[in-house]
Amino acid sequence: MPLSKANLSVGDQHSEQVVDNLTRTQIIQYAGASGDYNPLHTDEIFTTQVAGYPTVFAHGMLSMGLTGKMLTNYVGDGRLTNYGVRFVSQVWPGDSLTATATVEGIREEDGVNLVDLSVSTVNQDGAEVVKGTATARIDD
Amino acid sequence: MATDHFPIEAGHIMLFARSIGDDNPIYHDADAAAGTEPGHVIPPPTFVQASAQFTDGYSLRPVVGEPWFGSGKEPTGVKRESSGGSGGTGFHAEQHYEYHAPIQPGDVLKAVDKPGNSWSREGRRGGTLQFNESITEYYNQDGVLVVTARSVGVQTSRVVE
Repeated sequence: MPLSKANLSVGDQHSEQVVDNLTRTQIIQYAGASGDYNPLHTDEIFTTQVAGYPTVFAHGMLSMGLTGKMLTNYVGDGRLTNYGVRFVSQVWPGDSLTATATVEGIREEDGVNLVDLSVSTVNQDGAEVVKGTATARIDD
Repeated sequence: MATDHFPIEAGHIMLFARSIGDDNPIYHDADAAAGTEPGHVIPPPTFVQASAQFTDGYSLRPVVGEPWFGSGKEPTGVKRESSGGSGGTGFHAEQHYEYHAPIQPGDVLKAVDKPGNSWSREGRRGGTLQFNESITEYYNQDGVLVVTARSVGVQTSRVVE
């Protein structure tokens, strides 16, 4: 259900766990679907022995996609007008992520009601992995 | 990622939605999607990144007959670049989308790259950080701008601790 201006206030929050115990298999699914086959995300031997990381890690865009799931569940299908993030920390296999949107503003532009959101996704230790903003069309 | 031909396919959208753990029927069930506000299957908000699948020469996709830098018999299939030997890595630093018009299966998008800014700074964990921005505009088969993407990449000078 889309959001409506009448029922929204600055400071309102919506939070969802978007992945529980991220698996290497899900990272591989994302590589296959997105077309980003960088072995840093899927190839343990390359990542540990050549690149020097402790294990493979998720594509930033997987974290953004997981966070986007929370957003579309909150604002409704096809309602986003803007969505942008900064990748703050790496996401590793085994991580569980919780994404939160906070209402920062409600406004009207060219006769369209919009909500501006801040977005933050944290891992199971409370460390932020994705930070961003989004804007969505809302009803009256 | 520029491409002249990015076909929006229902199966591709379904696989992409699965990969982000999103079982919303609007991404895989045309009948259910018909009853939603958009009225048709739509892709998730980050889907246009998958235009990489249709970008000629995309560097993060193996090419038939050419060595691949991931592991096979050896940990990597290519010799390390002498210029990048200190463990630095390219990362995606930021990604931003503006959504202008709906996308649905059957559309064929064209993605046009535009140059962005470049800058550098000293980082705490990865040495000197070199940032490069790129802007990609996605147009549909009717020439309508549907999505603008702005990506910022960062090159670290050593392994991020």
